[in-house]
Amino acid sequence: MSWNRVSVVGAGLIKMGELFDQSYEQMARGAFDAAIASVDHGMDPKDIDAVFVATQRGTLWGQEGIGGNTVPSALGLNGVACTRIENACPSGSDAFRVGCMAVASGLHDVVLVIGVEKMRDKSSEEGLLARAAGGHPVYTRGESAPVLFAPFATRHMHDFGTTKEMLASVAVKNHHNGKLDPYAHFQYEVTVEQVLNAPEVCSPLGLLDCCPQTDGAAAVLITTPERAADYTAKPVQVAGIGIATDHPYLHEKDNFVGMSATVGASSRAYEMANLGPTDMDMAEVHDCFTITEILDIEDLGFFEKGKGGIASLEGETALDGSIPINTSGGLLAKGHPIGATGIAQLTECWWQLREEAGDRQVKLRSGNALQHNVGGRGSGVSVVNILTIAE
Amino acid sequence: MIEGQLLPELNEFTEPFHEFASRGELRIQKCESCGVLRMPPRPMCPACGSTSFVWQLMSGRGRVWSYVVAHPPLLPAYAELAPYVVAIVELEEDPLIRLCGNLVFDSTGPINEVQASDVTIAQEVTAVFPPADDGFVLPAWQITGATQPT
Repeated sequence: MSWNRVSVVGAGLIKMGELFDQSYEQMARGAFDAAIASVDHGMDPKDIDAVFVATQRGTLWGQEGIGGNTVPSALGLNGVACTRIENACPSGSDAFRVGCMAVASGLHDVVLVIGVEKMRDKSSEEGLLARAAGGHPVYTRGESAPVLFAPFATRHMHDFGTTKEMLASVAVKNHHNGKLDPYAHFQYEVTVEQVLNAPEVCSPLGLLDCCPQTDGAAAVLITTPERAADYTAKPVQVAGIGIATDHPYLHEKDNFVGMSATVGASSRAYEMANLGPTDMDMAEVHDCFTITEILDIEDLGFFEKGKGGIASLEGETALDGSIPINTSGGLLAKGHPIGATGIAQLTECWWQLREEAGDRQVKLRSGNALQHNVGGRGSGVSVVNILTIAE
Repeated sequence: MIEGQLLPELNEFTEPFHEFASRGELRIQKCESCGVLRMPPRPMCPACGSTSFVWQLMSGRGRVWSYVVAHPPLLPAYAELAPYVVAIVELEEDPLIRLCGNLVFDSTGPINEVQASDVTIAQEVTAVFPPADDGFVLPAWQITGATQPT
């Protein structure tokens, strides 16, 4: 029996991209309106009694010292409880976890979990690279995101014979899915040859092995299963939640072919849900780089350690594969507006479980879906959420 | 010495590492209470919480744990040197102590002399201390030996 003490009754997002024409609050408004519009029986925004805002770069992008409070103000929810969650790349999925705790505890009844991230208003030199340059005093100076993940690729290729073609197959598959997703940042196909011939960034990772920097916002509405009946006849339940941490510095990790935070978070979520990897109909996982998806699908238990590359190449993770991965296009094609990413993934899972995913719809067998993020100097924290429609 | 290179911002815990390096010594913080080595330098032992430590001299021998090749866009000081290899090296004394640095054929060699094809996982390397005009030394890793089984 799954946990099932929180129901998701609404979800929505805005078209991801370079949204120079929208402010932070405008993006939030778009996602909020989409989530409210998705509630089958309608929802009066006044029903919402708490907001959890996920913004990972708040201290960099002008939200410092505000704590997320511009969001309820801009959504007509002034006065409501509001807290900003900042927890690296899983900020969105962790805000969802915190929102679920608030509902399950009885402290709040109807909660908005919303992720909003401005990635493009500042140049890379002012933004992520500046942060990288100002990293740890000794060993992480100049450490950008590709630098954090490329050593995993080198090591995975050495230990298991994973090839650059296998990495490329992840980008090809996710761009294919992204083309089917009207909310994706990139809506075009790429070929294996294009991925292999793309400019190198941090070998063995090239440009198309990397996700873009994307502006975006996504929102979900959660409540108790009892209250959910007011809003929908098709609620999606929260079956399990897991979070785990690992050393933030690359040189303290115990291996470079997997991420122990993902293993820890998923085993906790599976245990709570009383489900396992073979019970999942699809998963949205953290593919900030092609190698990351390969690590994820092994660490989440979908494939044996070392077999994720060949599984990807052989189409096991495609829409019609044994476990469809990143049906939305993933971070690689849909984009990675950090705080919004996890909530956008949850929205995709919600659509899939309600069979509302259009051309990307997967075949439901067990009625369970998994959402995963990992991040924080690469892999310092991971969150896994499992949603279900099973009784 | 790379003109305009990124240099660490020093504090009382990290400065000794570079002072020792400028004398040609690779020294790692070692907890005086429980003996656990730790890197990067920091005030407190992550194993036992003690704040007393010594700077333990290392052999300088290690093995390549993993590596990448950096390509532009990079910071200006590095862009013209690219592509170059950056390795993560595990130390002989404790494989869980890993240091990041450039690979070189000798201590005065440029960081772009070693190609990816010259490097393998588990290759033996030795710490070297490239001379620097301002006395600030970042250890690099000289390729010395064969590849050992992992």
